[in-house]
Amino acid sequence: MATVPKPNELVIDHKPPQTGWMDTPVVFRPGTWCYGAKTKNLKALDLPNPREWSPGDEDWKLPENWKEIILEGIRERLEKYRSFKIFMDICVRCGACADKCHFWIGTGDPKNMPVLRAELLRSVYRNDFTTAGKLLGKMAGARELTMDVFKEWFYYFFQCTECRRCSLFCPYGIDTAEITLMARELLNLVGCNIDWIAGPAANCFNNGNHLGIQPHAFKDMIEFFVDEIEAVNGVRVEPTFNRKGAEVLFITPSGDVFADPGTYTLMGYLMLFHEIGLDYTWSTYASEGGNFGFFTSHEMMKRLNAKMYAEAKRLGVKWILGGECGHMWRVINQYMDTMNGPADFLEVPVSPITGTRFDNARATKMTHIVEFTADLIKHGKLKLDPSRNDHHRVTYHDSCNTARGMGLMEEPRYVLKNVCNNFFEMPAGTTREQTFCCGSGSGLNTDEFMEIRMRGGLPRANAVQYVHDKHDVNMMACICAIDRAVLTASMNYWVPGVGITGVHELVGNALVMEGETERTTDLRGEPLAGMEESEDEDL
Amino acid sequence: MGIKFSLLVVAALIAVVFLGVKVVGMYYVFGVIIPYLAILTFVGGFVYRIMNWARSPVPFVIPTTAGQQYSFPWIKQNKLDNPSTTAGVIGRMALEVLLFRSLFRNSKVELRDGPKLTYQWEKWLWLAGLLFHWSFLIIFIRHLRFFTEPVPGFVHLADTLDGILQVGLPGIYLTDGLILATVTYLFIRRVVIPQMKYISLPADYFPLFLILALATSGILMRYFIRVDLLKVKELAMGLASFHPTVPEGIGVMFFIHFFLVCTLFAYFPFSKLMHLGGVFLSPTRNMPNDSRMVRHVNPWDYPVKVHTYEEYEDHFREKMIEAGLPVEKE
Amino acid sequence: MNLDKFLSEQRNTIIKKWFNCVVESYAPETSRLLQKESNQFANPVGHAILHGIQAVYDEFLQSMDYEKLTPHLDRIIRIRAVQDFSPSQAISFIFSLKQIVRDELQNRIHQHQIPSSEIAAFESKVDQLALLAFNIYTQCRERLYEVRLNEFKMRTFRLLQRANLLAEIPEWEPQSTGINHQKT
Repeated sequence: MATVPKPNELVIDHKPPQTGWMDTPVVFRPGTWCYGAKTKNLKALDLPNPREWSPGDEDWKLPENWKEIILEGIRERLEKYRSFKIFMDICVRCGACADKCHFWIGTGDPKNMPVLRAELLRSVYRNDFTTAGKLLGKMAGARELTMDVFKEWFYYFFQCTECRRCSLFCPYGIDTAEITLMARELLNLVGCNIDWIAGPAANCFNNGNHLGIQPHAFKDMIEFFVDEIEAVNGVRVEPTFNRKGAEVLFITPSGDVFADPGTYTLMGYLMLFHEIGLDYTWSTYASEGGNFGFFTSHEMMKRLNAKMYAEAKRLGVKWILGGECGHMWRVINQYMDTMNGPADFLEVPVSPITGTRFDNARATKMTHIVEFTADLIKHGKLKLDPSRNDHHRVTYHDSCNTARGMGLMEEPRYVLKNVCNNFFEMPAGTTREQTFCCGSGSGLNTDEFMEIRMRGGLPRANAVQYVHDKHDVNMMACICAIDRAVLTASMNYWVPGVGITGVHELVGNALVMEGETERTTDLRGEPLAGMEESEDEDL
Repeated sequence: MGIKFSLLVVAALIAVVFLGVKVVGMYYVFGVIIPYLAILTFVGGFVYRIMNWARSPVPFVIPTTAGQQYSFPWIKQNKLDNPSTTAGVIGRMALEVLLFRSLFRNSKVELRDGPKLTYQWEKWLWLAGLLFHWSFLIIFIRHLRFFTEPVPGFVHLADTLDGILQVGLPGIYLTDGLILATVTYLFIRRVVIPQMKYISLPADYFPLFLILALATSGILMRYFIRVDLLKVKELAMGLASFHPTVPEGIGVMFFIHFFLVCTLFAYFPFSKLMHLGGVFLSPTRNMPNDSRMVRHVNPWDYPVKVHTYEEYEDHFREKMIEAGLPVEKE
Repeated sequence: MNLDKFLSEQRNTIIKKWFNCVVESYAPETSRLLQKESNQFANPVGHAILHGIQAVYDEFLQSMDYEKLTPHLDRIIRIRAVQDFSPSQAISFIFSLKQIVRDELQNRIHQHQIPSSEIAAFESKVDQLALLAFNIYTQCRERLYEVRLNEFKMRTFRLLQRANLLAEIPEWEPQSTGINHQKT
């Protein structure tokens, strides 16, 4: 039987009581929060306060001195990060960021305005770390850290995808992603992570990848795709694993290995490497490009990221090539060398096919596959038949991290325009550096959070709807494993009829390989344009 | 609540100086002691805040990249919005500080009826902000004429340019009107736009009211309730040369104006107004996006617990051998 | 005077009131954004509500063709189905049309000038609209759970396809690729 609704759930109150944000505690309604981190996952990562708990519970089973721990944590981080200190101090609340957040646009919840999200933490900072706050209290925008405030942090800092769109518009460059990072570190000090982050991080730490796939299974999966490729075009590609002496180590998010539609992107990688004869190896130890440690703490990010260089060193490769992933690339671009470098045992990446020296990666020695492929195409080293993607009308979604944490914008477009004939941009203001988040980034792509994810995904979906209506777009390309998974869900709800693909899936479709048989289907087994007779079979 | 509170504080400040000067006759206190204290607080506080920020290191390179990265010669880099060199960063910071580049970015694409896309700026905040800050700077420079003898050229220049619309006597300054208009706009948007009202604190209203009162008293003094400017200059020069004197017969309006300035100076380092200094230190703006090219060192870096390959192989060795994966130890 | 004519003449006023009525079901800071921001991409919610309401109203006055009404109503309800509303709150805006029209009638002309049978017919049309909205709401929620389920399956679908790699062999046939790449 359905629960009997309370009267106020039936009637819309047209004028909700106007309480200030400081006095409006959070209501934990199912669908709007992620499950709490499980004991075993926190233990596997040596994180504090492992216990069984749920954010929906009244009692979060925090240690007795939780407040001290948090305040000490704030103090420590103020000393360690200038960004944090500055961002706590200089906001003038001009409101330029307010309507830039996809969660605010989609939910209308005022605490999803970036400025207010930051104020949740700032108010406590003022109360305990500034003279004005200590003297004037609420008048100075200060409030005490209470259990309600703490729960509010959990709710809203796990309702920020660290996409940095707000920071683009801030006159002082205040970056909510940075504030959310700090807040999540603080929450983790007393064991308040979400399980969708702690679980993959624990798996990645112990087994090499987020899903916890063991080495033999990882190899087996990739070999499975070798068969799939052969079924499509008769070419048998030959990947190698953990091979010492290879020139290049290739690392991609494990989502590409196990989750549709990323798997088709993975087939694209395999075909490309085979066709150009790249001397490369996969690693089962460093079998995860993604880094859910990034969503936990700086330390956890470093712990998980360490495997990339360690494995490159062990295998004795010359440089590393990285697959299509968003936050993986923010970590590689902005953190990896500082955390786990210097990579002096590697060489500056040089494309063995074109001879191009990737000068922009001369310190990290890690190149993005889209850069690598764009260079191949520019030098005419790939035989491409873009008409094999004619059944797709394609648009491109910039992933937040590659856009605002790196600036990789032209390269993927260049590749796309060379591998497909029908390419359409979404409206300005929704792409490139102003791109809208998928709505589920930063480890929030769990299914119990679906309602909020759909709200957060609305601004992106809305721009897709526009090109879908106007240009008949039926496929959105992206270069992020989380995007591939969650935009599929978001499109299913908001814009049915638009599929999601990685850029290299389209490369794989268009790539004319030596010795291949005539292709009648694309990598998904769907008929190519002009060959629709065998419509029904999908797989 | 925030509005009333802030308004009351500003009113109280004015009342204090009015009573202090007019009734009690504390000319020396308001003309010499408080100004010195205010300047001392300002300089000390400002330096302390900057030093305090600078004391915290910048462990990672975290610029917000707002344009195409540096990659191939055949792809045009956006050197100002995604700089990879120091020169680029200086350019980016200059645009940010002098022209408020990020606020300016607040552009939106609008879909009018039909398929036409039109571009529209959400430009009012940017425009008002820019005019306000530049007006304030020019007014500040103009006022240096009271503290210098001979008056330097750039002060004269600011004065001339500002008074370029020579209407009546004394000439009307452009910035006087602009600062009143823009501060009023900045206040009104806080009250009228619901989400702005929701996020505004007393600390947001107070500086607006203070500056409004400051500008108003200055304008009153210049155009309506005249004070003896020669005597004001005498006082200012005395302060500047550390031989303070308070000439008799300067109107109370001057003391009100002067005291509000002192309040602003003293309040400055402890408030959000410190964004003046902070913007220069903001790591998302003042760093080049060169972290793949040049290694950045984190001064407090420490070793962390990792799961080594050896541990991994020990755990999975048999399965790896069975699957034909190479291993270090058979 | 007949009611249909009245409703056509007062179209803009009624739509405006109806729109405000929907928008006011959000918090004040939110409703302000929904009302003022005219950019389709910066304010998808407000845009969808306004355009949805206009289309629904026009369709409503003409034929009450369910086929035509559905996509317009869908635009609004699809959004409200994932926001903080109970089911009744999510679709109650339909009923408010009755009150708005009644008020307008009272303001503009004397209600008794309109035959009561017409008013009754109008109100029963609104009821039908509400039933349609109820269907759409339910479909949206069902779709949401489908999306959830499908995502869950797809996450490890390839792995499960390799069957013996996992202890449990799934009994279901995932529809992943079908959903994933629907033809329009």
